[in-house]
Amino acid sequence: MSLLMTFVVAIKALRRNTMRTALTALGMIIGVAAVIVMMALGSGARTTIEAQIRTIGSNVIMVNAGAGGFGPVRGGQGATTTLTVEDAETIRREIPGIRYISPGVVTRTQVVAGTGNWNTVVQGTSEALPAIRSWPMQFGSFFTEDDVRRSARVAVIGSVVRDQLFGSGTDPIGQVIRIHNQPFRVIGVLSTKGQAMFGQDQDDTVYVPYTTAMKRLLGRDYLRDITISTENGVKTTEMTQAIAALLRERHAIPPGSEDDFMIRTQEEIASILTSTTTTMTYLLASIAAVSLLVGGIGIMNIMLVSVTERTREIGLRLSVGARDVDVLLQFLMEAVVLSLAGGAIGVGVGFGASYGLSRLMSWSSLVTVDAVLLSFGCAAAVGIFFGFYPARKAAALDPIEALRYE
Amino acid sequence: MAASSAGDPLVLVDGLTKTYTLGEVAVRALRGISLTVTTGEFVALTGPSGSGKSTFMHLLGCLDRPTSGTYRLGGRDVARLSKRELARIRNQEIGFVFQGFNLLPRTTALENVELPLLYRGGLSGARRRAMARDALEAVGLADRLDHHPSQLSGGQQQRVAIARALVTGPTLLLADEPTGNLDSRTSIEVMDIFQRLNVERGLTIVLVTHERDIAEYAARVVSFLDGRVRSDRPVGRRRTAAVELENLTVRHDEALHDVETDLEVRRA
Ligand SMILES: Nc1ncnc2c1ncn2[C@@H]1O[C@H](COP(=O)(O)OP(=O)(O)OP(=O)(O)O)[C@@H](O)[C@H]1O
Ligand SMILES: [Mg+2]
Repeated sequence: MSLLMTFVVAIKALRRNTMRTALTALGMIIGVAAVIVMMALGSGARTTIEAQIRTIGSNVIMVNAGAGGFGPVRGGQGATTTLTVEDAETIRREIPGIRYISPGVVTRTQVVAGTGNWNTVVQGTSEALPAIRSWPMQFGSFFTEDDVRRSARVAVIGSVVRDQLFGSGTDPIGQVIRIHNQPFRVIGVLSTKGQAMFGQDQDDTVYVPYTTAMKRLLGRDYLRDITISTENGVKTTEMTQAIAALLRERHAIPPGSEDDFMIRTQEEIASILTSTTTTMTYLLASIAAVSLLVGGIGIMNIMLVSVTERTREIGLRLSVGARDVDVLLQFLMEAVVLSLAGGAIGVGVGFGASYGLSRLMSWSSLVTVDAVLLSFGCAAAVGIFFGFYPARKAAALDPIEALRYE
Repeated sequence: MAASSAGDPLVLVDGLTKTYTLGEVAVRALRGISLTVTTGEFVALTGPSGSGKSTFMHLLGCLDRPTSGTYRLGGRDVARLSKRELARIRNQEIGFVFQGFNLLPRTTALENVELPLLYRGGLSGARRRAMARDALEAVGLADRLDHHPSQLSGGQQQRVAIARALVTGPTLLLADEPTGNLDSRTSIEVMDIFQRLNVERGLTIVLVTHERDIAEYAARVVSFLDGRVRSDRPVGRRRTAAVELENLTVRHDEALHDVETDLEVRRA
């Protein structure tokens, strides 16, 4: 029998038992949709993170005080007191290829303006920050090198801080905010970045000169980090090694001992984060694939029932000249049609569910061609795999015994 | 198949046995059957229930393999043929009418008859339907093409099964009690179809029946007993279904005529 005929016969057989067919296909629909949704959420998360990484700025090298990975791994960031402003200046002086450099400190505190107050992050930085992050102003201007030198009490605020203290969208230039009971004049509002970075919302931050922050707010003479932006065409790995050597020498770290700082390039951060999300995505998708497996078992179950029910039909077909391959293909075709129809509907449902989730929960999701092909391919594979055993059972029947079957 | 004309042996069976083993017990359904059927013959197979008639027919139809003995069909030793070859023979050379009708339920008469054609390559859908329609017309069911088996009478279902056996144009028709479930008039109609096919198309027919009068429509009666051939002889006074049908119709018309005159007489 031709494949086309086999297909037509399969469709007829499936339509004979609409409810059963629909319920069996439902297993595949749910499986495929789950895989699509999980992969869509994973891809969405990855794009979001990639966008966030871009806000670090390109060609950026970050030097953090203290050893270890992200977060408080060993003694916590900032517990190390060895990274200084002099380190930053020496790096600027001695390492070629640096475009901008910005020492940084950070604290979380209450900020007061008139009647309102807001608990936020105060970050001490240099005048180079907007250039490093390619970050335009909404109102006013960023503080200058001169402000840094004088430890001026000026502040540039993120849009979230502005919204909280002065009202949404207002221009607060010239107003005074109080940090640790000291007055700071607001001279600028940064445009909205809308991206959280490592749990810290860059728009929910007050930026002041690092000198001011160290002297007037924190009362310390060491830094939390140094952010460096390189000239175009500079090899960041080589520069990272040069900075590390310089800092080890300045901090008098004997060979064999660990660094008391950590240097990361933007590329490194990006690759760590994307590989983490990729792992997560595949983890979620494989959990979803379990339901695909369950759907496949459902197909196998129904096909076995169907073979038993139609034993006489099989006997009849064999007796009028069907070869065993004809019978095998007929039942295999039914299983594959079931799984592929379920798969196709599942792709549609998956699309809808991803869209719905990103609308309702404002999770970002992205249905990729890969995800569609993968889940559709899985559906076909499941159909063939789970359809094969029942089909082989049907094809192995003896015509007379099958016809005799009650 | 090897060119066979009337008089050539089509079926050549020698020492055929079939033993079913059910656990410890061995049922010897056939105990050595030797038989020759020549092309164009019309043979009736009779015998008491359990004498092995159906078992023998299944072997003739290449639906089952014998325990021992040889079966040559059109000159070929069936035991030597591959499964694929056997499927082709079942499809193209043999038409089988089962003791039960064995029609596909919830499937139209036309599609039921079309079924064997699906397993023969190179036929378009239109061609297949035309062939199925012709076969149904030949058994007088042209007006029941779209009926499901459940919407047909027993005799009509039997005729669909016959049409299905004939649609591929076989050289050998095997019918296992084709009139078992039919009343006498419908039985004669079916025998009429067989006799016409036998005469007009030269179709070789082997038919199982345990009704003596049905066997008399054939030209030769082979009688089984306990898996052996008990007797094998030509039919002395062969019956002709067409003639009997005509007589039946005439008698029926006369009866109707009588009733009508009766009514007229009373009214008058
Ligand atoms: N599949 C089987 N397994 C075991 N025994 C069988 C099988 N098929 C038939 N038999 C036995 O073989 C013998 C012959 O059976 P068969 O069906 O050929 O008889 P039959 O002459 O067709 O009878 P009937 O006129 O009742 O149809 C019987 O004793 C039967 O029980
Ligand atoms: Mg029988």
